Amino acid sequence: MLDNIGIIIGITLMYATPLIYTALGGVISENSGVVNIGLEGMMTLGAFVGAAVGYYMGNPWIAFLAAGAAGGLLALCHAIASVTFNAQQVVSGIAINFIGPGLAMFLSRLFFKGATMTKAIDINHKIPKPLDPIFEGLSLQDSFLAQIFNQYATVYIAFLLVFAMWFVMYKTRFGMRLRAVGEHPRAADTLGINVYRIRYICVILSGVFAGLGGAAMSLAVVSLFSPTLISGQGFIALAAMIFGNWKPQGAMGACLLFGAAQGLVVFLGGTSIRVPSQLLSMLPYLITLIVLAVFVGRSRMPKADGIPYEKGGG
Amino acid sequence: MKKRFFVVLMVLMMGFSLFAAGCGQNAPEAPKQQASGDEQADKDQGQDKKALKAAMATDVGGVHDQSFNQSAWEGLQRAEKELGVEANYIESQQEADYGPNLETLYDAGNDLIWGVGYMMAGAIKEAAEKNPDQNYAIIDFAYGDESPENVVGVVFKAEQSSFLVGYIAGKMTKTGKIGFVGGKRGFIIDAFEYGFRAGVKYADKDAEVAIQYADSFTDAAKGKAIANQMYQNGADIVFHAAGGVGLGVIESAKENEKQVIGVDRDQNSLAPDHVITSAMKRVDNGMYNTVKAMAEDKLPVGETVVYGLAEGGVDIAPTSDKHVPAEILDEIATLKQEIIDGKITVPFNEETFNEFKAE
Repeated sequence: MLDNIGIIIGITLMYATPLIYTALGGVISENSGVVNIGLEGMMTLGAFVGAAVGYYMGNPWIAFLAAGAAGGLLALCHAIASVTFNAQQVVSGIAINFIGPGLAMFLSRLFFKGATMTKAIDINHKIPKPLDPIFEGLSLQDSFLAQIFNQYATVYIAFLLVFAMWFVMYKTRFGMRLRAVGEHPRAADTLGINVYRIRYICVILSGVFAGLGGAAMSLAVVSLFSPTLISGQGFIALAAMIFGNWKPQGAMGACLLFGAAQGLVVFLGGTSIRVPSQLLSMLPYLITLIVLAVFVGRSRMPKADGIPYEKGGG
Repeated sequence: MKKRFFVVLMVLMMGFSLFAAGCGQNAPEAPKQQASGDEQADKDQGQDKKALKAAMATDVGGVHDQSFNQSAWEGLQRAEKELGVEANYIESQQEADYGPNLETLYDAGNDLIWGVGYMMAGAIKEAAEKNPDQNYAIIDFAYGDESPENVVGVVFKAEQSSFLVGYIAGKMTKTGKIGFVGGKRGFIIDAFEYGFRAGVKYADKDAEVAIQYADSFTDAAKGKAIANQMYQNGADIVFHAAGGVGLGVIESAKENEKQVIGVDRDQNSLAPDHVITSAMKRVDNGMYNTVKAMAEDKLPVGETVVYGLAEGGVDIAPTSDKHVPAEILDEIATLKQEIIDGKITVPFNEETFNEFKAE
């Protein structure tokens, strides 16, 4: 029984981690007032860059950071379109969702002899499991504790980032400004806050987070990029952010809930309880819906979310 | 001034993305020119008649997907080299591309137009009914009685290769527990599942096979989760027939230092120390043979051609000898012959599997 719980929690963490990174990206962008529906595209590009850099450099950390940078660059396009040119943010996001995978496959063909799938990274060059030596030293590597706590470094970093994001958003001056810009940019502007600059920073950061989320998939969950590796996680993260009431800790909770539901599905599918797999795979979405409807109150999005800001305009 | 700079930048970016998107269509030129040199000899023989043209529209994933589409393209390339047929392809980026791509190939004046993968069944049928004078072919789909008069269906007896890898798994397992991870339930994956289970049973009556479906062909994390659970519950070999989900299964085998069996193509390169064999579908042979039939004016339009072991349509991976002991491979060779001779009938669904078990 204990082992089964361990398996479920292990799956929860594996599933939730890439979503948490990406959802954090959504949180920071939307709190500054820019809707970012392009998370999926940024995640895909990040996943590719992570896998490709990891394969050629052999260093997972450089690869991880490069993936963040790639996501950030793609987000810069979104920022230029939606902040500087006041473009419809959803449309720009959709464009990003086309450019991201297209660019990833194009580059993959250039660097991997025409293949849209990258070569697998050696298991020693993946993101490490930092606690592995401790568990091995205590010969606990298959124990209940190991299943829960012996995770890839990306898992711990995700939780640290949630805390960091919460701290920055609610306990620092920058965070205050960020939220002010998302709530009432004109008021913020009259107080001397540079709305455009804040929005640029936040949108680029959201791309960085989404890129890291993609790399958490391609460098830890598996060790390569394939065109179907990111198929919908960006959108799930977007939903998690909304479920989480545009708050970093809320988004994390939503991602964990979704991951736990998936863990339950995998566990139930492996037992002798005969439930059709189609019904089982509905479970994560059903559970999420029910929890939302019953336990989570009305969510409130930042007031100026999705509205372009024009200086001096009506 | 600043705004103008950004406008220029955006225009450049748009141009680049168009270029990136368009390169799929440009790519066919390169292999064609390359092949024309080798073709010279064949050309001399068939100079009096105009070269036949065959083209394929890929499924999403593209022609170099290391899987299905790539194998298909290799078959056409072989036809180009050996039969002097002019080969070409067009890539589908999404399902909405199927129709327009088939249209493009029709306008290009091809003698035979291929749809690769059962996902294209609808698009091919539609195109075939619209253009009754054009010949079409589809991989992995049988229209049965409803087949249009101008379509060839090419299907594979995946249960036969699955039976062979199942036999290997049954012989090689040390724990007596084996796993099977399927994509989505349906007649295609059923053939893999029941063929595999029959193979395991044939090798070792007492071996247990845990069956689990991911209900997805893309969710690698779910594949990894399912395989992790199977390995933790004592399985030491897992077979997957689940497309992208299988990447997670293979990753799990690597991390748990267990063994895994690949599918569709030789997947040993993904994890050389862990992929012991693969149940291969020789899409390339299916394509090649059909084009050859066309060159001989014997294209079986309106029919479904079934490729099994006997026709070289399915097999186990050539790298199997790295991990599978020679004596088991010898037994596999005997089994192959028995399947070809009809001494063993491999089950492909629940009903036939129950009959098989009863024997």
